[in-house]
This record gives sequence, structure tokens and C-alpha cells, in this order.
Amino acid sequence: MPSFLKEFFKRNGTGMGSLMLGLVLFWTVGLIILPQLSMLDFSFRPNLPPPEIGGPKDVYTLENYKYLIYGPEGGSQDYNAVDLKVFFRTLVAAVCVTVFNLILCYPIAYYLAQTKGNHIRIFALMLIIPYWINEILRAFALRIIFGETGVLNNMLVGLGVFDTPFDFIRNDIALYAGLGYAYILLMIFPIYNVIESLDRNQIEAARDMGASWPMIHRRVVIPYAKPGISSGCTMVFMLSAGALAAPQILGGPSSLWFTQLIYQQFNDNSDWPQGAAYAVVLLVTCILLVLAVMRLFKVNMGDIGK
Amino acid sequence: MSAGVGVDLENLWIRFGDFVAVRDANVNINGGDFFSFLGPSGCGKTTILRAVSGFLEPSDGRVLIGGNDMKGIGPNKRPTALIFQNLALFPLMKVWENITFSMEIKGASVRERRKRADELLDMIALPGQGDKLPSELSGGQRQRVAIARALCAEPDVLLLDEPLSALDLKLRQHMRTELREIQQRVGITFIYITHDQGEALTMSDSIAVMKAGVIDQIGNGKTIYNDPSTAFAASFVGENNVFRGKIKRIMGEEALIQTNRSGELVARISTANQGKMKEGDAAMMFIRPEAFALAPKGAKGTHFVTAKVNNEEFEGNVFNIFMEGDGGKELKVSIPNLGQSFEDHTGQNITLEYETKNAVIVPAGELAAE
Repeated sequence: MPSFLKEFFKRNGTGMGSLMLGLVLFWTVGLIILPQLSMLDFSFRPNLPPPEIGGPKDVYTLENYKYLIYGPEGGSQDYNAVDLKVFFRTLVAAVCVTVFNLILCYPIAYYLAQTKGNHIRIFALMLIIPYWINEILRAFALRIIFGETGVLNNMLVGLGVFDTPFDFIRNDIALYAGLGYAYILLMIFPIYNVIESLDRNQIEAARDMGASWPMIHRRVVIPYAKPGISSGCTMVFMLSAGALAAPQILGGPSSLWFTQLIYQQFNDNSDWPQGAAYAVVLLVTCILLVLAVMRLFKVNMGDIGK
Repeated sequence: MSAGVGVDLENLWIRFGDFVAVRDANVNINGGDFFSFLGPSGCGKTTILRAVSGFLEPSDGRVLIGGNDMKGIGPNKRPTALIFQNLALFPLMKVWENITFSMEIKGASVRERRKRADELLDMIALPGQGDKLPSELSGGQRQRVAIARALCAEPDVLLLDEPLSALDLKLRQHMRTELREIQQRVGITFIYITHDQGEALTMSDSIAVMKAGVIDQIGNGKTIYNDPSTAFAASFVGENNVFRGKIKRIMGEEALIQTNRSGELVARISTANQGKMKEGDAAMMFIRPEAFALAPKGAKGTHFVTAKVNNEEFEGNVFNIFMEGDGGKELKVSIPNLGQSFEDHTGQNITLEYETKNAVIVPAGELAAE
């Protein structure tokens, strides 16, 4: 038994220790790893009617993955341009949402963390309370704001900024706003946590030596906040790439999110293997992308947990 | 010394809401001096330092550095460098990056910075340690890196906020000598904040004793120790015995004081209070433990004190005698150990004598908390 486990059982007792360990294992293995493995298994099988499952046609195949790249066999195009476009657009959009969120949330987190006083608690509450409202309602609220006859358009047309209403939905502005807003807390709080533990004297020391504010952030605050920034970015990126409700409600009619394709495969086409393959591709690509970016910015896996 | 840039505080007031942190401070610090602000915690000394460094704007009055009013000039634009109590080294930067951070700000090349870092590392006796992280150094080494980092900016004035308080006693005493040496070598003005009178006395050219936002006395170490101007300064700096009473007669520079417990005694009026005290004034007389000598039993006169001994202890270099004193405080006497025989007086009355020049009278006032 590794020493950390021994230590764990010593501290919690055998009974309590086994219970805790059992629950954690049930959670990770039973609720996460096994279902994912079964999805992985699905993704390599053909979509067969129930009587043929387990029959001679039920063999492992790459055709679900091929479909994403080449489209239906004998199709008119060389590549599955529609789905691939949606796939890359989703990734790029998720990256944009992440970067946008970081730019928006870093100053907020810095302010919350480095300012003393009771008003900070009120600010934090004002950030948290909107999340009591469920995601769908929040998305529809944004639709009311951004819609063609929505609040924003009425205002802008009324003020004479636009002659005719601007279609925020078709131009995906509503979608980006909705995704951005959906995850700001996941960006703010990890960064806030780290910056809160930053010794104020370090900022003053840098300032005393003549550093400008951008310099202080670049050399002192941001390097220190890196673990928080990376865990915030990872969460926001993963969740926005995998979001479904916001794209469904706020996306323009022509702009699908990749998760919507997955949803269609599962639900509308009843093609679970195809849906599973799409989901696996999305998951693996996202993980690889996150790992690559972490490597680029020299972030360790351990930092994310901080 | 005339080299170096002086710092002047003129009628400096600093308020936080209703709280007055610094009350009408007037200090002239000569260029090249090692100047200490000495006082208990919460007396406003750090506030003064922050006003000099520019992190705080005075509520009233002026801060002048080298004769220039610093109003509206931010901490990043002042010719000062501050060493923080916790040093505030950047944990993610290597030692050489820490030391030359001020050069990085100005856009110096890595080669220049490396060179300067090596020079400074030699100066603080840490050659070749530039590539370590601060966390890999010991407390004393980190201390020296903080000094090097501050000096790298070539400030005219170095401000130090109790930088030795985190070190253990031995290291602290060693660093006192080292700090003083560095200051004399670089020749710039040091302003040092401390609550440790030993630090202030050993290192400073000049000391300002502070109490509750007010500067009580400014002078060199000897003056502060031997010729305190207030009851607070007398009781805060070093050990002192207090005798409360009333002035009975002024006799030139000396006065006869009617003490509450020990009869009529004669002492010198402290220089700052000469000519300001009159008969009938409430006064306090202070005599240091080492200024007493044992006198023949029952000797009477205006420089003899008789009291009952509570207990005695042998400290090695001195015998300490603790006697019943004034106002519930014990009267402490330290007799140097010169190899003489020393009998135990516990429970007995003994008589002490002192020279009037070693006893100081100041107006009655608040004593420093023990």
C-alpha cells in the first residue's frame, strides 16, 4: 500500500477511510470512467437495429470516425465539410469565449482579491446570486435582451444608433455573451483565490522600485496567479466547448454548435455510435488542446488543482 | 556627514478618519545619516515610513527629500527604496532577477543585469547564489538579498521597516553590524523603523522616539539614553527606575524633588526641560539600574535611597537586586560582578546611593508599557 494511503487510513480509521475511498471510487469509476468507456465502445460499433446487436455484423469499425471526416459514403463531397466546419468553429469560438472571459474576469478577480472592505462581499454576492436562476432562464433572458425586438435593439434604434434592428442572434453576439456570462464565476473564483493569497507587499515592493501597473501585473501578479488562471481557463474552455443549452437558445439558425450535432445524432437520428464518436472526438481534441496550451505556458497539472 | 540626500518632515499630520496616526511631526534627517524611528507597535512609525516612500499622502504638512516637496509624487517616482518587514522578495523570480528588478523596469539587458547582480551578490557575501530561488536561501541570506535589491535601484534614501524582526537573536545582532557597515560603505541615508531599542541604539546616528503618533524626542543614542526629555522616552529606552514626586526647589540645573516613597532626592533636570520646570510641578525622576551603588546601611541624604529587597538574582556579569519601588513597580539595581563577595539581602532594607548627574528629572507623564 502506498504511504499516502496508509497515512489516509491512519488518519480516518479503517471504517471511515474505506467508506470515503469507496465513495470516491464509485464516483470516479462508476459514474465517470465506466460510462465514458462504454461511450468509447459505442463509438467503434456500427449503428444496428436491436435484433442485430451481438450478431455477425456487430464488429469494431472506424466508420463513425470516418463519417466525421469524409461524410456519408458515396456523398457528393470529398469531405464532411458541414460537420468539420461546425467542429472547428466550435473550438475556435470556445477559445474566443475563454480569452474574452479571462480579459473580463482578471481585473474583477484582482479587484475583489486586493480590496478590503464589506462592499467586496456584496460584489461577490451580486456575482453569485444570478446563478440561482437556472441556465435556460438565463439564456432566454439574454434572448429577450438581444432579440430583434429586444431591449437592446429598442434602445439602440430609439437612440438612433441603428436605423433597423441589428440581428445580434444571427451574428452570434448573443451566443458569445451568453456563453461568456454563463462561466464568469468559474473564471473569477480560481483567479480570485490565488490573488487573495498574494502578499500585498510584493505589489508595493515592485511599485516602490518604479514598476508601472502593467509591469507589476506582467511580472508579479500574473505569474503568481498562473495556477488560478489556468484552472479558470481550462474549466471555461471545456464547458463552453461542451455547452448545449446556450447554443440551442442563443445560436443563430445557421450556426450550429458541435454539441448540437452530437445531440442530433443521439436524439434525432437515434445513431448512438455516431454520436458517441463525435463526442469522443470533441473530448479528446479539447484535452489535447488544453495540454498543449498548458505546455506552452509551462503550467503543471498539479497547479490546476491549487 | 554632508554627503547624501536629507529628508525633512514639516508639520506632518496623517489621519485615518478620526484616528490621528501621526501628529505634527517635525524631523530633519541629515543626508548620509542612519536615522531610526523607535517606538512601540502602533505608535505611527510605519505610517511615517509609508509617507516618505509615497504609499501614503500626508493629511497635512510636507515630506521633503533632498529639499524637494514630494507631494503628488508616487512611490515609483521617488528616490527611495523600501525594505519590507517580510522582505517581499518575489518568490517566482530567481535571486538575480529579484535583485535587478529595478533595472528590468528600466529596460536593462540581461547581460547588464547579470553583471550588476554579481557585483551586489559579492557585496552581500552571497557570490554565485544568483540562480537560486529566494525560498532556497536562509533567513539571513534572504535579508541580504532584500538589501541588495533595494540598493540596486541606487536610491538616495533607503527605508527599512523592522527588517530584522523575523530573525533569531544571534542573526539579528550580526545583521545590525552588517547593516551599519553597508550603510557606511554606500553612504546613503537610511531610515530605520524599529521597536527594539538595542537596534536603534547600536546602529543609529540619530533616533526619534515615538509614542502614539507623537515624536517625543530626537537625538543621538547617548542623548536619548542619558538625557531623556520625557517620561516615556526615559522608560521606553532601556531599563529605568521611576520615582514620582513634586519639585520642591530648583537649584540651577538640579532640583530637589519630594518623592512619594523615598523622601527628598536631588537630581539633574533633563536638558530639554531646563528652565521649564518650577517648584510644585509634578515630576518624575529616573535612575538606571546600573547607576546605583550599595551604600553603608542607614546612610541618609538627598542621594540615598532605602528600600526593602524582594529578591535577588545572579546574571553573571551583574547581580540584580529587585526592591520595593514606586507605584507598584519594582526598583531594579544592577551591581557589576567584579568578583566581590555578595551577601543575600532578601527581606532586608538596604540603602543605595547614586551620583546626581546620573539621575534625571522630567515632567510627570505616561510611562511606556512593559
